[in-house]
Amino acid sequence: MSIDPKRWRWTIPWLFLAPALIFFTWFKFVPIIKGLIMSFYEVKFVGADEWVGLANFQLALSDSALGAAAANTLIYVVSTTIAGGLLAFAVALILEGQALHIRIIRTAIFFPAVTSVAVLAEIWRILFYPASTGVVNSILGFFGGAPQGFMSDPNQALFVVILLQVWKNVPYSMVIFIAGLAGINRELYDAADVDGASPLRKLWHVTVPGLVPAFSVVIMLSLIRGFRVFTEVYTTTGGGPAGATEVIMTNIFKTGFERLDYGYAAAVSFMLFAFTVGLTVVHVLIKNRFSHT
Amino acid sequence: MKTTFPQKLARGAVYTLLVIVFCGPFWGILVTAFSKHTVQPGQLLLWPNEPTLDHFVYAWVEVRAWIYLFNSLLVVIIGTALQTLVSALAAYALARKRFRGAAFVSLAILSTMMLPDEVISIPLYLILHQKIPLLGVSIYNSYAALILPLVGWAFSVFLLTEFMRAVPRDLEDAARVDGASELQIFWRVILPLVKPALGTTTIFGFLMIWDQYLLPLIAVDDRELYTIPVVLRSLRVDEIMQQNIFIAVTVIATVPCIVVYLLLQKQFNRGLMSGAVKG
Repeated sequence: MSIDPKRWRWTIPWLFLAPALIFFTWFKFVPIIKGLIMSFYEVKFVGADEWVGLANFQLALSDSALGAAAANTLIYVVSTTIAGGLLAFAVALILEGQALHIRIIRTAIFFPAVTSVAVLAEIWRILFYPASTGVVNSILGFFGGAPQGFMSDPNQALFVVILLQVWKNVPYSMVIFIAGLAGINRELYDAADVDGASPLRKLWHVTVPGLVPAFSVVIMLSLIRGFRVFTEVYTTTGGGPAGATEVIMTNIFKTGFERLDYGYAAAVSFMLFAFTVGLTVVHVLIKNRFSHT
Repeated sequence: MKTTFPQKLARGAVYTLLVIVFCGPFWGILVTAFSKHTVQPGQLLLWPNEPTLDHFVYAWVEVRAWIYLFNSLLVVIIGTALQTLVSALAAYALARKRFRGAAFVSLAILSTMMLPDEVISIPLYLILHQKIPLLGVSIYNSYAALILPLVGWAFSVFLLTEFMRAVPRDLEDAARVDGASELQIFWRVILPLVKPALGTTTIFGFLMIWDQYLLPLIAVDDRELYTIPVVLRSLRVDEIMQQNIFIAVTVIATVPCIVVYLLLQKQFNRGLMSGAVKG
């Protein structure tokens, strides 16, 4: 009896998919499900885990340390999104075009965006070293300013960490804006010129509306990146001083890997996950609404 | 429209400011790492001063930066290659075949795009300790733990699927008439036609894997297996090290990304733009 090739045809797509499915299942789907299950248990190291129902979630909602971390995360997200988006927009307007010197500058200012965050964090710690020898403090000193504590000052630390994220994201978002600018119909500018529109009016009535899709992408990327921020904070301040830069992910990391409270950490992770998914869904709904009208 | 001299001057000033803000720090660490002059913590040199390779030699030999650089390179090269291959195979099935369950599989893979890797770090950590079914070994504390969790990447599956969909049917049919097998069609017909997309996913995969921090932190605890981003923080925290040497290690950690970016810049920008337009 020979094998009928027609009968086995249906296996072909599955054979091609098999490697991907194995990796996705073991390293993505299983952890998601395991995390979800864990969030209803108190994970014990000896003996069986104890079912605690929604207790982990209830605890999370009333945990003041987590609340403070959530507030910091929100400040972080809002300010990196607004500052990063506006700065990237401005830089894109300045560096739009095909002239050689502009392309060279664009390439050069992209370095922070391709360097790993851990390296950027070390550079940041050198720049914002909290003594008069520190680079930024030397510059401040040159203009007659007093040395600042930066990351060691609870009032300034979050701001300095936000600045790091903005520094990394501006060049990246700039490229997205430049792609958007290239897609704007030139005739609209000519028409505006004929109408005698000022540069500012052209910016507001032609450029900005033409960049709505670019803004949408930049804002969304920035929001998602912001809510899950971990490395930027962990490697610069570790959440300190005195919890001034603690964000949700560093809080989860400490609960999980330092206090070994896996169930609780999984519950908080799951809430963050649900929140991120919700955000994405809202974004898609808004986008569809806009593109239909 | 003619630009006046003051306008030109203002533009020049803005360009200079941008370059100083975004590149200045990189220039600073480069110069400091190559200079004999010993800097205090937080200091950077602006101009090379008695050029020397001493700090690099020390970082390479005594701090054993080469081990961490080797680990990072090994992980990023094998990881990117595996990721690209696995994604391309899956994309071929999703783009070129109609089969029952295709929609479900796409949705399942797509859903992981919304999944921040950070939020599964705790269950993933426990799974890395578990024995893998059938094989009966745990990969915790091995190169496999640094690489395998990154192989499944929805972004590259979807980008490749989209590009493979655009390949005309006729080419595939012609090859089939000539007696080509599925694997030959995949390898000889489809892959060469989606080369630009493969370039894009390779670059983004490379940068994504090189930038990994949380995974290496939880996947290994043997210092010999640390990757270079992870070792930076522990060098700073554990050891009292001369600033120039630490900066030399930082330079070693920076160079590969910048080189890859400069070499493949055009492709990179194209990828970023196609991502943005589709986003």
